[in-house]
Amino acid sequence: MRLLTHNMLSSNIKGVTNGFPLRIEVEKVVEKQVDFNPNFLKNMFSKIDYKALLEASRIMGYAELPDHADPSSLESDDFLRRFHHALLQLHLEEGSLVCPETGRKFPVNKGIPNMLLHEDEV
Amino acid sequence: MMPYRIAQIRLVSSHPEVYEPCDDSFALVDALLADRTNLLEHRPRICLEIGCGSGYVIASLALLLGGEDSGSYFIATDINPHAVSVTSETLNAHGVHAELVNTDIASGLEGRLMGLVDVMVVNPPYVPTPDEEVGCDGITSAWAGGENGRSVIDKILPVADKLLSDKGWLYMVTLTANDPCDICLDMKKKGYAARIVLQRSTEEESLHIIKFWRDPNSQLEANDAKLLTKTDHGAGFGSFLSQLSQMSFWRSGNSTNN
Repeated sequence: MRLLTHNMLSSNIKGVTNGFPLRIEVEKVVEKQVDFNPNFLKNMFSKIDYKALLEASRIMGYAELPDHADPSSLESDDFLRRFHHALLQLHLEEGSLVCPETGRKFPVNKGIPNMLLHEDEV
Repeated sequence: MMPYRIAQIRLVSSHPEVYEPCDDSFALVDALLADRTNLLEHRPRICLEIGCGSGYVIASLALLLGGEDSGSYFIATDINPHAVSVTSETLNAHGVHAELVNTDIASGLEGRLMGLVDVMVVNPPYVPTPDEEVGCDGITSAWAGGENGRSVIDKILPVADKLLSDKGWLYMVTLTANDPCDICLDMKKKGYAARIVLQRSTEEESLHIIKFWRDPNSQLEANDAKLLTKTDHGAGFGSFLSQLSQMSFWRSGNSTNN
């Protein structure tokens, strides 16, 4: 699971009002090479919750994203490369996503998050 | 380097609890191929498949669009944990990537992915079955569609409406028994125009791949269309086609080339 995908996931448990972002618990991170596509990054920037991405990337062991970013940051090639790495090249291979409100853990195995709910959570 | 235009059956992984590519999967991919020029011009940013099964369709869509190099991001979900694993293997075998989520329809994605999906593909469980079989574990979830095969389809449509972007397209497999006319009218009320991209009759079933897109005029006309349905109720799918040809949303659909 990439951090872009993490940025698109929220806790789906019934009654939870503040299910984003899911806190990451890391067991294994892998880095995978992805072609650098500045246009894609510029397109996605406005859809990304930057604060959630920043925290997630740090938990995943990548500390190179600046504390703050705004659309003008996209003019910097250096920023785009860091953004690219955090968003697309870091994968949570094994670990958990934790609901910020209930503490319920959604397991991530072989890079695939399991968001299936138990009967009493639907 | 992607040598294939669509997924190759010999490279599609399998598992006893995962639905293998079948006539419906082939029809959906053929519909995407038939609409390939439009899809390439569409330049979708986020593509989502709901119910990816073996991964044949999402791998084909990724190959057809030129993978992530084209600037598209692919996400696929399935309620069956074996299916997302098999899809992962199928994608790897074809050298393409999609992010996978083991979930019911798009649960967990609906909040943040709202209005961001430019292309959605769905081969839903459409087979009419007793309602108890819907949502069962394993391979049953791939086909059990409840009454008229509509139980899961009717849950997917509002989710699609929520997730599709302003320029979003939905391609969905339906069976005559699902009452495609009624599905189109339901979507029309939500503001979508529709077109049958591909129609195919097999020995067992008659399949239609329907493409939906937002059209501001559709909602306004929904009431007229509803009247047409009532007068023709029970006349079957032949009347569906004749109704569509009468309805202006159908004509405007053709003229916009969607």
